[in-house]
Amino acid sequence: MLWETIIGLEVHVQLATKSKIFSGASSSYGAAANEQACAVDVALPGTLPVLNEKVVELAIALGLAIDGDIASCSTFARKNYFYPDSPKGYQISQFEDPIVSNGRLKILSDNDLKIINITRAHLEEDAGKSVHGEYTDVTALDFNRAGTPLLEIVSEPELRNAKEAVSYLKELYYLVTSIGICDGNMQEGSFRCDANISIREQGVEVLGTRTEVKNINSFKYVEKAINFEISRQREILEDGGKISQETRLFDPEKNETRVMRTKEDAHDYRYFPDPDLPPILISEGQIDKVRATLPELPWDKRARYVEEYNLSPDEASMLANDYSVSNYFEECMGESKLPAKLVARWIVGELFSLLNKYSTTMASSRVSPASLNKLLAKISRKEISANAGKRVLEIMWETLHDVNKIVDEQQLIQISDDSVLQQAVDEIVKSFPQQVQEYKDGKEKILGFLVGQVLKQTKGQANPEIVKSMLERILKA
Amino acid sequence: MQDVIFNTVSALKEGLLSKKYSSVELTTEYLNRIAMIDASMNSFITVCEEEALRQAAHADKLIQQGKAGTLTGIPYANKDIFCTKNVRTTCGSKMLDNFIAPYNATVVEKCIDAGMVMLGKTNMDEFAMGSSNETSFYGRVKNPWDLTRVSGGSSGGSAAAVAARLAPLATGSDTGGSIRQPSAFCGISGLKPTYGRVSRYGMIAFGSSLDQGGPMAHCVEDLALLLGVIAGHDCKDSTSNKKGTEDFIQNLDSSIKNKVVGIPKEYFPNNLNPEIQLIMDEAIRHIEKLGAKIKDVSLPSTSLVVPTYYVLASAECSSNMSRYDGVRFGHRCEDPKSIDDLYERSRAEGFGDEVKRRILMGTYALSSGYYDAYYEKAQKIRRLVKNDYISVFKEVDFLIGPTCPSIAFHAETFTHDPVQMYLSDIYTVSANLAGLPSLSLPAGFSQGMPVGMQITGNYFMESELLSLGHTYQTNTDWHNRYTTQKLGR
Repeated sequence: MLWETIIGLEVHVQLATKSKIFSGASSSYGAAANEQACAVDVALPGTLPVLNEKVVELAIALGLAIDGDIASCSTFARKNYFYPDSPKGYQISQFEDPIVSNGRLKILSDNDLKIINITRAHLEEDAGKSVHGEYTDVTALDFNRAGTPLLEIVSEPELRNAKEAVSYLKELYYLVTSIGICDGNMQEGSFRCDANISIREQGVEVLGTRTEVKNINSFKYVEKAINFEISRQREILEDGGKISQETRLFDPEKNETRVMRTKEDAHDYRYFPDPDLPPILISEGQIDKVRATLPELPWDKRARYVEEYNLSPDEASMLANDYSVSNYFEECMGESKLPAKLVARWIVGELFSLLNKYSTTMASSRVSPASLNKLLAKISRKEISANAGKRVLEIMWETLHDVNKIVDEQQLIQISDDSVLQQAVDEIVKSFPQQVQEYKDGKEKILGFLVGQVLKQTKGQANPEIVKSMLERILKA
Repeated sequence: MQDVIFNTVSALKEGLLSKKYSSVELTTEYLNRIAMIDASMNSFITVCEEEALRQAAHADKLIQQGKAGTLTGIPYANKDIFCTKNVRTTCGSKMLDNFIAPYNATVVEKCIDAGMVMLGKTNMDEFAMGSSNETSFYGRVKNPWDLTRVSGGSSGGSAAAVAARLAPLATGSDTGGSIRQPSAFCGISGLKPTYGRVSRYGMIAFGSSLDQGGPMAHCVEDLALLLGVIAGHDCKDSTSNKKGTEDFIQNLDSSIKNKVVGIPKEYFPNNLNPEIQLIMDEAIRHIEKLGAKIKDVSLPSTSLVVPTYYVLASAECSSNMSRYDGVRFGHRCEDPKSIDDLYERSRAEGFGDEVKRRILMGTYALSSGYYDAYYEKAQKIRRLVKNDYISVFKEVDFLIGPTCPSIAFHAETFTHDPVQMYLSDIYTVSANLAGLPSLSLPAGFSQGMPVGMQITGNYFMESELLSLGHTYQTNTDWHNRYTTQKLGR
């Protein structure tokens, strides 16, 4: 039987504000428990919410970026439910008039562009955190996160497989981080996702019963959770069973989802307009003001990199998607006349592998764009070889020393002096008669081995291009 | 010294400034009266002798230094719905019996800034839900005119305390008549300001879109003084109006000549208590004699206001009461077995019957499947009520009618018939639904009990409202009557 998968995503984006959405307490991460929970956050009697105007600005920025409608009048509603980490017994959210609606995001699906419609994006507050297992027999509560501003972005159920879902999520992630409304720290929960998943027989119109997998905070887990759900649902349906509408949790250790809540214990949230908060009124002028400060969007940036710098689409994506990377790249380009290809290759190749090795991000790179430029200039002037350059880059990262100092100390200046090189080449030709013979017999690939030997002999300082032509000259003679 | 308790606030201020007595002496006088009399009325939940004397001594210093403001050194009673740092705030509930807020309500902060002296926290219906003060965890408040009758509610403690001269001024809060009805029952003056005029920050919420704090006093002039202190925009309350405060005293004496007073026919049904009808006729004639024009008008939605009010107030209440879960503050049951057990027992033990009744009604009105029929429909009627007023205020400056359909009733009259008690709010709830300012003044007596007249004005017309009330009081003396009951020992 052929099955079609239907996926809709709800993404919770933590908005990058200094203080909480309805109180003046700091919303930064990592403070000692309850150090950042003020009277409003723990819902002491008589306290009232006051909207942090910054969140409106950030939501408008998203609305503009996804080409959505920005409500001229948007309201807050109370979502009522009891839970220990929900201090008021209700969450302030938006129900009937979300701040943004009818947006869209273009994603790549099997190399084709596909438009995913975004139903709505609404403002709400985060809950506190229940801490289990730290004390015997009791659950502890930390309200630092309570009141952290969130923008919940809800897609239409237009995603058809896990790969598309990941593609949508990544594109959204690049967007919110590029326009600066979210710090993108997924480990700290700044960008997390609920996936609604159902399957139906190919050709059938009605949607199947869906399950919701809650709170997935990595792209990898989203893919795994969705694929697990698809095969779980398929097995049930192919065995003649029925899917029960329920909320599930993904367990990354066991690579499976399991039931959190069934439909029977689903809440009636009793939404109603929050009488403590007047409607948010947004004028055209306010929207124009945000539009004027909106940075270049990732897809525009990618197109520009291909156009302006003649980069491949892949290179452009790798540089443009992460705003700290694109900032880095553009700082390099702004300061020098180096070829864009060279800069691009060094960033996505060598610098990325260093970031990887030290598990860090471009924002905390220990090599500045100016230093990288200095290094690349030396390479393009052939003062040092590309190979030596890689070593210099590593040493720069480790020691923070200047390029010149490292090159001097490590004696990495590239030898282009023919007489010195000639001597080294002659020695190698003498030492490897068998390989020389093989080359002469037509196995031209062996040339790389001989060049490598010369480089080894000269501790990497020999200019490999000159060595190569010298060897060719001798061997073809 | 003893006769100071019959003085107006202006006279008290004069006494303080002329050093006839100090604020400490004045405060002591009131504290002694409370100690002597209040056991028979139960109008205070907490009396703050030490704190009051400390504030009074501070006020005396300010007076000495010539830094006294309008109300510096004047004692007041604070309804126990306004949060106070260092003094517990119970809201009349077992749920908050142990609750001490780490902040002052904005109203309290403003009274402190004005140099006022808080005598204590007054009794009230639990979470302000009630019209008789019988739902208080701390026992009912007795009406100083007849101790077998109720004080009214929910600001019954404030009303009784002012009526018995245990305080010259008091704060109250009014969600559906909670300032005006007890003022009428106890023979004092009380004002529910325009919604948004007085900050709700630190005033424990019951029905957030209806709740409004306001002043209670012996006379309109005193109301104007206290309103001037507690009104004003507050950035901690998003529903607080930018209008700010005014000098409500300066226009008190302005003429009411040619002002148009509307008499809504719905407020004078055929079955209105004949004595109340007579008293109102007399009061209206009096106001006409003072120069106002009387006009018959209609508020067609009047018959719908009580059910509308009880749907909306209960809906908001059901959500506002959710934070009392035994987790972070307030009453927590012994030895909870699970989170559900903690919620269930803490709330079952901490809340009284009336609060539970309203949580149930409100939860029902908001539930899926019932929302449209109750909450949504009530919101629509609320708009109709508002529109009634908007159109009637195109023709008239004020609306006058009785504050309540009856005098203060006997205790336990409605214990088994809450709906009958709700219906007695018929004349007061509209001003809350529409957000209008509304005043209750003593206008006569029936069976030896005070009868209140309600005057409602247009949005932010408190000055005009007070000026009409003041003109009336300058020409009558109902507000100066004092109970003949023997209070206390």
